[in-house]
Amino acid sequence: MSGCGAAFESKYWSGDMNVVMVEKAVIERSGATGEGLSAINCYMGQRYGWNTPEDFVKYVVNDMMGLAREDLVYDVGRHVDSSVHLLEEWGLPIWKKDNGDYERIGRWQIPIHGESIKPITAEPARKAIGQENIYERVNITHLLTDANDPQRIAGAIGFGVRENKFYVFKAKAVLITCGGASNVFRPRSINEGMGRTWYSVFATGAAYGLMIPIGTEMTQMEHRFVPTRFKDGYGPVGMWFQYFGAKITNSKGEDYTVTREAELHKYKPYGLVVPTPTPLRNHQMFLDIKDGLGPMYMGTDKAMQKIAGGDPKKMRKVQEEAWEDFLDMTISQALTWASQDIRPELTPSEVVLAEPYIMGSHSGESGAWVSGPEDLAPSDYFWGYNKMTTIKGLFAAGDGVGAAPHKFSSGSFTEGRLAAKAAVNFLNDNPEDSTLNDGQVASLRDKIWAPLERFEKHKGASTAEEVNPHYLTPYQGLVRLQKIMDEYAGGTSAWYTTNKPTLERGIQLIELLREDLNKLAARDRHELMRCWEVIHRTWVGESHMRHLLHREETRWPGYYYRSDFPDLDDSKWRVFVNSRFDSETNEWELFTKPYINLIE
Amino acid sequence: MPTFVDPNACNTCEGEDKGPLCVYICPNDLMKLKGDKGFNQEPNLCSECYACVKLCPTEAIRVRGYADFIPLGAEVQPRRVELGLTWTVKFRDGEVLEFTYPSRTKPVGSSIPYDGFTEDPIADLRGQTLAGESVWLGVDNLPTFASNV
Repeated sequence: MSGCGAAFESKYWSGDMNVVMVEKAVIERSGATGEGLSAINCYMGQRYGWNTPEDFVKYVVNDMMGLAREDLVYDVGRHVDSSVHLLEEWGLPIWKKDNGDYERIGRWQIPIHGESIKPITAEPARKAIGQENIYERVNITHLLTDANDPQRIAGAIGFGVRENKFYVFKAKAVLITCGGASNVFRPRSINEGMGRTWYSVFATGAAYGLMIPIGTEMTQMEHRFVPTRFKDGYGPVGMWFQYFGAKITNSKGEDYTVTREAELHKYKPYGLVVPTPTPLRNHQMFLDIKDGLGPMYMGTDKAMQKIAGGDPKKMRKVQEEAWEDFLDMTISQALTWASQDIRPELTPSEVVLAEPYIMGSHSGESGAWVSGPEDLAPSDYFWGYNKMTTIKGLFAAGDGVGAAPHKFSSGSFTEGRLAAKAAVNFLNDNPEDSTLNDGQVASLRDKIWAPLERFEKHKGASTAEEVNPHYLTPYQGLVRLQKIMDEYAGGTSAWYTTNKPTLERGIQLIELLREDLNKLAARDRHELMRCWEVIHRTWVGESHMRHLLHREETRWPGYYYRSDFPDLDDSKWRVFVNSRFDSETNEWELFTKPYINLIE
Repeated sequence: MPTFVDPNACNTCEGEDKGPLCVYICPNDLMKLKGDKGFNQEPNLCSECYACVKLCPTEAIRVRGYADFIPLGAEVQPRRVELGLTWTVKFRDGEVLEFTYPSRTKPVGSSIPYDGFTEDPIADLRGQTLAGESVWLGVDNLPTFASNV
């Protein structure tokens, strides 16, 4: 979504500037929203007087247990309504009340018939930027910095996923609208089910895997999102809680939001604010699960029967809405119901805490440390251009921007627009050409193809293509990464818990993996893409572990626990944890930046 | 749940100018041709987004639920209708439900990117307002606050 927002906005302002869009797949169905959505979760409704951007900032900061970039969150909040209204204008069907106002699910959430939200969004973007300026089925593997200034961006390189081509993009500004990371942790379903991750399986951490290696300052990479979702199919729960009024109960019929209410007091002040922060809701459920009180069930039956009140017409209506919630965005959950003969109006459905995800557009706040907008950002948060990272000319939006969560689809689209306009301003003020380092480009080109060559060179050493001491396949690299993260960085098998010695051991193992990824082999271009995906995911995993180590507290129980620092400590740790990787020395620098309260 | 292609129904998208549509659209580069039939080359990384299923002109692509956890015998299959989809949900026990939902209010291709926008690309470049917001934001003034720091 952020990419389409950027493409659309950039061409309004860019005059003669040449703007190109590069996409790993095809923009109509790529990314986290490709399958569709049943709701837009970031809408202020300013025209109805529903919310102000100030309200949004307070909500987001509290949901993040006190840590978010208020300037960035406000910036999304003040603009997002225009994005939603434009999506409707372009053909997105939004549910309406009888008086024509948007229907509401919750405070910020509106229901949509969103199966085609991505093609609807992509169409004006494609028209605006021009077909000849879109490069699809191109996998960008590396960013390039300027030959004369490593703190300045100069372009990007990658390869054709379907064609025997190598692409070098020389650019004066680059905007990262790539996805966050699924499949960094071992998922709960491990065979075909590895495709059924909650966040898009093709969100391969490219935003972070591209930015980290060139020394971009990152923030909150220790944060992660563990969603509570319908079991296995990972269908959404938002409508069930907020629109249908359903509740989760344990196997004894108890509601942990009631029985575990006292837990919230341990995480003052955030735990006492309504709505309860998402991690604390997870935490309450987690305590039930640890006590062996599962399975946990969403009472879809009670909710639907209450709404229908015995009226078959009302039951049919709520049945249509319940099935649409999944068919618009998580079709697998509909198949999960059908395959187990679950009628939601008769039978409750299991819910589960999923594996962790590292991302920045939803309820996770990992990403690059970016400048805020000039009118809102204090001097600590402003260095010239909105959404610009610490690398001059390198911008980010959506998952790539850290400390600015709760954007979802409409907010990411909005952030793409904001970053694009700022990038045009940057280019106006900085028109000098960038300079590529030809030697660097040549050596990276060799590195990009190397897995194909490595397979050809060494395949003769074994009768089995996948069992060879000279190389790993990308799938082998992926499962090794997932096991390290699961066991050492607080994945599901570790009950989301880790500590200093465990993280240090995990970092040792991931350093070995990072070396071994220099020995990836690919049998074809598709597998070559998988090689670069696992390399990006490994950057994400290592960054996450180093950040987890640095933050010596547990601020987000329900997402992860530091067993050696189990409490929240605002006196020391109400700060952002930031990092920079130095490719010259192969060293990671971890430090903190202040949280500044802007909204009273 | 991975997709699979019925070889008796697949006609390699004869006549389609984007070529085999499943191959064209798959966001994870899974669909390719095996001989002259569509084929999912990596079912372990299929998210069942149904992009290919929705586009297939002969409805040759269906989904067999994930081996990890989906019992056999059920099916969820969409069919394109005007500006929407009709979903047929077949339960394992044989019951069939049908649901029709809209996908869009306007036809494909009808968007006009900057229709009615009034912002001046030069004079308004420095300001905080995004393209079209004077028409589409819904309130007269873009909110801001004086930073208290």
